[in-house]
Amino acid sequence: MADLVDPPLVQLLTPEGERVEHPDYRFDGDDEMIAGLYRDLVLTRRIDTEATALQRHGELGIWASLLGQEAAQIGSGRALAPQDFAFPTYREHGVAWCRDVDPMALLRLFRGTDQGTWDPDEHNFGLYTIVIGAQTLHATGYAMGIQRDGAVGTGEAGRDAAVVAYFGDGATSQGDVNEAFVYAAVMNAPVVFFCQNNQWAISEPTTRQTRVPLYQRAAGFGFPGVRVDGNDVLAVHAVTTEALQRAREGSGPSLIEAFTYRMGAHTTTDDPTRYRVSDEVERWKLRDPLERVRAYLRRVHAVDEAFFTDIETEAEAIGERLRADVRALPDPDPTMLFGNVFTEQTSELAAEQAEYAAWSASLESEVVR
Amino acid sequence: MSATTMTMAKALNAGLRRAMDDDAKVVLMGEDIGRLGGVFRITDGLQKDFGDERVIDTPLAESGILGTAVGLALRGYRPVVEIQFDGFVYPAYDQIVSQVAKFRYRSGGRVTMPIVIRIPFGGGIGAVEHHSESPEAQFAHTPGLKVVACSNPRDAYWMIQQAVASPDPVVFLEPKRLYHSTKAEIDVEATPAPLFSSQVVRPGTSATVLAYGPSVSVAMGAADAGVADGLDLEVIDLRTLSPLDLGPVHESVRKTGRAVVVHEAHRNLGMGAEIAARITEECFYSLEAPVLRVGGYDTPYPPSRVEETWLPDLDRVLDAVDRSLAW
Ligand SMILES: Cc1ncc(C[n+]2csc(CCOP(=O)(O)OP(=O)(O)O)c2C)c(N)n1
Repeated sequence: MADLVDPPLVQLLTPEGERVEHPDYRFDGDDEMIAGLYRDLVLTRRIDTEATALQRHGELGIWASLLGQEAAQIGSGRALAPQDFAFPTYREHGVAWCRDVDPMALLRLFRGTDQGTWDPDEHNFGLYTIVIGAQTLHATGYAMGIQRDGAVGTGEAGRDAAVVAYFGDGATSQGDVNEAFVYAAVMNAPVVFFCQNNQWAISEPTTRQTRVPLYQRAAGFGFPGVRVDGNDVLAVHAVTTEALQRAREGSGPSLIEAFTYRMGAHTTTDDPTRYRVSDEVERWKLRDPLERVRAYLRRVHAVDEAFFTDIETEAEAIGERLRADVRALPDPDPTMLFGNVFTEQTSELAAEQAEYAAWSASLESEVVR
Repeated sequence: MSATTMTMAKALNAGLRRAMDDDAKVVLMGEDIGRLGGVFRITDGLQKDFGDERVIDTPLAESGILGTAVGLALRGYRPVVEIQFDGFVYPAYDQIVSQVAKFRYRSGGRVTMPIVIRIPFGGGIGAVEHHSESPEAQFAHTPGLKVVACSNPRDAYWMIQQAVASPDPVVFLEPKRLYHSTKAEIDVEATPAPLFSSQVVRPGTSATVLAYGPSVSVAMGAADAGVADGLDLEVIDLRTLSPLDLGPVHESVRKTGRAVVVHEAHRNLGMGAEIAARITEECFYSLEAPVLRVGGYDTPYPPSRVEETWLPDLDRVLDAVDRSLAW
């Protein structure tokens, strides 16, 4: 896999927690901001491990863990301005956190009580998308809308907007994603394509999707691409900030490849021992996105020890709340089936609903057959 | 007789293995089908035994899977493609309905498309959206495609081999919720029923219940439960949806005078609609009641916590039978 690793990564914080310089990118926040990012990382991981545990206890149907990808998501999610809009896949729990989506909304979806019912416009965060790659076109279209609304290149900080589309390395093989690249390029749309290359698409390594480093694809479509250390929250933040700014100014799309790693299974139904060696996992553990920020904060004495224990307490409280709330979630009323198929109920669906109601009432009166 | 007891998943695996042994031109293609053995493990061990030139882990692109399968078929191969879940066949829909289905016709019969498109279909596994769909009508409505559905390990074993041997494209529907939950003894030397044939799987006299894929076990459950109410239901496993083999169905309906079609797919314009129309045309004077349909409601497949309400179950089948008998 050497050919996919060789190109240099943009890195601003080493796995040992040392700040380093990069000629093109600079993290423009202070230590207080870094401490805030650390809190996001820890709490996001806690939500994720709690969800995994809940699935193991049969409370969720399935869970797609982001373990290992926290920095890619928090770094990019915190680079978004309020007016920017994010289009996620099904794994962007950290970005959802940054957009103030209640984690319970995610858990309800994975429990199977609804299909994602947060208000996209309230959070500027789209609904989770399970069909691989589809959202990259939606993101591009949304960005075209922003252009038409004149919300690009005005120079007004609170007005100019951009869109970010999240997807995985596997998704880059889809026609939709390639079509999104074409549209974004020729329309000069204000969209940032954010690929989390976590090395695997279920059982298939990135080498099954591409022969060139993914960020290099962008050149062929006519926009810039960059590969960033996806486990370095500062570098991801810096690179995404720049790409979003480019988009907001009217300079068009770009592709960010966040080079990271899926530490857990693809989802709770997957068994990674069938296709990958534990060596690899061990090596990536050394690049844990949380550890390096903690090491940095300690090294420069940016925070005191109470800071860490407070966050742990906060994380524990979130975990407890989710556990209790998920267990208390009622199953939906079955008649919810018939709602929201169309804006107005059709007479045919109303008849089906009536048929169902009559039938289920008859069952109750019958007790047992 | 050399019989082995197998799950449906194992039976499909064994059937594919035998098809690959029999014909070196058979190649398998799909996402994660190699080392992982597919997300349902249907191709487990096949890449190890046949190599990665014949069991191809494809990039994550369904249109690509079907489009390149067309090319391989043009070159004399017999691709068997796996679509990971029913809801992910749509990115390949254009290749299937516009290319795979029409090549033979537009080439005046010069070009054949011996492609098998395996799709784990249907619900009942508690999955998130796009993982529980029943797209059969969309393919059965397309001339040039054959569509079959297996309902038990024995058929799975034979039908997959017959589908691979078929010179025409076959959409092969596998009821995913039965993969690991049903077992049967399979005589690997038996002479199987023809691929495109319906089979009476339970003889009876009160009414005819027609089903395919996952609904066959629901229909059988209803027939068993009906005995207590004095019902003697005849159950037919349709097995083939395009072409439909309605000979045994007409014969049965002439005997019982009543028919109920069961499927998970939406009722509106589903397979049941076509079957009801054809029974009415052929058996009008034998019918004691209109042909009734039990299907999924005409809504998108719901969140899993309410899927049991959505899916036709034994009670809904018996309710339809009661309505038929009350006519
Ligand atoms: C169109 C489509 N095909 C197949 C699937 C099944 N599937 C779900 S996730 C996945 C792998 C995705 O890999 P990648 O894009 O790298 O994202 P990751 O899950 O690793 O974040 C596959 C094949 C799907 N959801 N959609």
